[in-house]
Amino acid sequence: MTLEHLPALQVVLPLISAPLIVLVRRRWFAWALAVLVSWISLAIAVTLFLEVGRTGVITYAIGNWPPPWGIEYRVDALNSFVLVLVSFTAAVVAPYARISIAAELPREQAYLLFAMFCLCLAGLLGITITGDMFNIFVFLEIASLSTYVMIALGQRRKALVAAYQYLIMGTIGATFYVIGIGLLYLMTGTLNIADLAGRLRDVGEIRPLLAAFAFITVGIGLKLALFPLHQWLPNAYAFAPSVVTAFLSATATKVSVYVLIRFYFTIFGTSILFAALPTDEVLLVLSIAGIVTASLVAVFQQDLKRMFAYSSVAQIGYITLGLSLANEAGLTGSIVHLLNHGVTKGAIFLLIGGIALRCGAVTFDRLRGIGRRMPLTAFGLVIGGLSLVGIPGTAGFITKWYLVLAAIERGYWWLVAVIVASSLIALGYVWRFVEAAYLSPPDERSVKQGEAPASMLGFAWVLVIACVYFGLDTSFSVGAAREAAVLLIGGAR
Amino acid sequence: MRRDIVLRVIAKLLIPFMLLFALYVQFHGDLGPGGGFQAGVIIAASIIFYTIIFGLPEARRLLPEWIVETMVASGVLIYAGVGVLGILLGGNYLDYFVLDHDPVHGQHRGIFWIEVGVAVTVSGVMLKIFYMFAGRRRDEDNG
Amino acid sequence: MSLASHYSYWVTIFLMIAGLYIVIARGNLVKKLIGLGIFQTSVYLLYIAPGKLIGGTAPIVAEGFRTYSNPLPHVLILTAIVVGVATLALGLAIVVRIREAYGTIEEDEILAQDRREEEQV
Repeated sequence: MTLEHLPALQVVLPLISAPLIVLVRRRWFAWALAVLVSWISLAIAVTLFLEVGRTGVITYAIGNWPPPWGIEYRVDALNSFVLVLVSFTAAVVAPYARISIAAELPREQAYLLFAMFCLCLAGLLGITITGDMFNIFVFLEIASLSTYVMIALGQRRKALVAAYQYLIMGTIGATFYVIGIGLLYLMTGTLNIADLAGRLRDVGEIRPLLAAFAFITVGIGLKLALFPLHQWLPNAYAFAPSVVTAFLSATATKVSVYVLIRFYFTIFGTSILFAALPTDEVLLVLSIAGIVTASLVAVFQQDLKRMFAYSSVAQIGYITLGLSLANEAGLTGSIVHLLNHGVTKGAIFLLIGGIALRCGAVTFDRLRGIGRRMPLTAFGLVIGGLSLVGIPGTAGFITKWYLVLAAIERGYWWLVAVIVASSLIALGYVWRFVEAAYLSPPDERSVKQGEAPASMLGFAWVLVIACVYFGLDTSFSVGAAREAAVLLIGGAR
Repeated sequence: MRRDIVLRVIAKLLIPFMLLFALYVQFHGDLGPGGGFQAGVIIAASIIFYTIIFGLPEARRLLPEWIVETMVASGVLIYAGVGVLGILLGGNYLDYFVLDHDPVHGQHRGIFWIEVGVAVTVSGVMLKIFYMFAGRRRDEDNG
Repeated sequence: MSLASHYSYWVTIFLMIAGLYIVIARGNLVKKLIGLGIFQTSVYLLYIAPGKLIGGTAPIVAEGFRTYSNPLPHVLILTAIVVGVATLALGLAIVVRIREAYGTIEEDEILAQDRREEEQV
């Protein structure tokens, strides 16, 4: 098992650990295997990232069938970055999960959640690493189905309704995606992404391509919670177990954004995108609508998880905003926000998991005075909130910087004003938490509770520190993002 | 339904043929419609038929829960195991060419074993789903 | 480009729209899943119908035949069917649990119960 099989092992190892967890039903074994496999996945992802930086694109033919006949795993600058993000999130969330899951799930069900976690990880890594359109659909459904199960394992009965709603919308999205790639396959005869990019040049009829483009956009838009297709997200994030919310918020939507970027810039290229259809204007309007309305709705929420779920919708709006601007700065901003928002939201939801463990609920009336009783948790949440606003020194600022640069480059000065204004709205809901935590008298019901357990707090703070680190030292995040952006824009026709 | 002699006799006559047909579908997948998924569903259908006639406790005695759960997991492991075997024998993941002395026989062997894995998992999953749904407590008002 | 020669596409479009309409317009959770199934079936037809080439035979190498139908759409659709079955099974399992938790599977009644619960808190 030498280095050349790493692309396959990246997906296969989490995939194999899921049935192993089901065979051995013990809770400690499930947790230990999940932690081991996510750390090994992180090691593989980092190795692949460094290898791609040295030698360029890595390709791997599954079953030794040469592409384009066979399925090809293809690692380049863009997806090695996303691989590191997904596996890093899993590597931090899995060890955290032991106490959190023990508190939130019945003992007999814990192994099921860890099995679904490994399957979800395998699915997300598979979406990222594969170079075949239909294989993306298969892994997308693997990840989505395991996500529906994980959400349905939430404590309250509303988790079931949230999981059902997400199932319906997610399956419609995946089926739209399949229709889109069906049209592409019928026009060109190939499913391989790299081969398709070449063959699209020679296609005579453009109308099926435009239809395919529209179907794929709507399908992936449902998965990445593009406004107004985001209705499933607040309920799903609010009622799922804390570990699940943290993992999903950092990875599931980001990987769907990766698929969108891959289709837009590697396959379709700028000619179809921005000449034949007004894609950039539509994306721009939807992104701004998402940012503004989701931020405003977040300010009025009573439940902390729901508030940050709406904040996620707004942050995804920033990512698609960078996409719609379609220049190098915008694309860099989008890709770097995959990582920045991932670590920020991951940190926030992991800390909220600690609050849920100690206080029982995460509504604002229970949170009063938490700044004194759980100082590290509250301070970590403040840092995360500042990153969402985009204060200099945090990861969120880097993204906003690149988005503003991109807007100026396109001459959209009004857009700069919108970005700044939306950051002020974000300040609104972050201030609500600060006010409840630090400036209110403590709630009588949870006065005796102390800080969250050390293991949970430790791993949550790994992400908080990452949040600050990626705001100060951008060599990894922006370097990789810019390299990916140059690759995508240069490859587009 | 266990008391009705006609149903019992017909069930006992038909179920072996259903299982035999499932095996036929399983191994004929590369020459006609068939393969692991279809065979797995037919196997599960025959066991479900047995359950409908003879009752859920009888079926649970025949195929206890732990066997069904083991089937679900081990089928996936057989499939993945064939893939890993490809790596160990020098090819890529899920490489069938290296599984035997020449590529064509390697393809035969690879396809055979992964279809076995698929059939085991699919029949296990269908049976598990049926056990879960049928074993739920019946509500007083079947509204 | 006549209506008769492209009837498979017309059926595809009809099933697609019918399935989507059922998902959106019906409040019963099981009916929504059925609509989802119809929607997915239209996609299977979209892939398989163009796979049959005019004059093509089954895609197994045999003497005397030169044109074979395309086997790839069949493989893709087998995968898609299995995914659809898994989704349907999961959806029905969630509906069974919702029935036990709420006592109903009508969407309006579930939302009403949730709203009442929220107002009490």
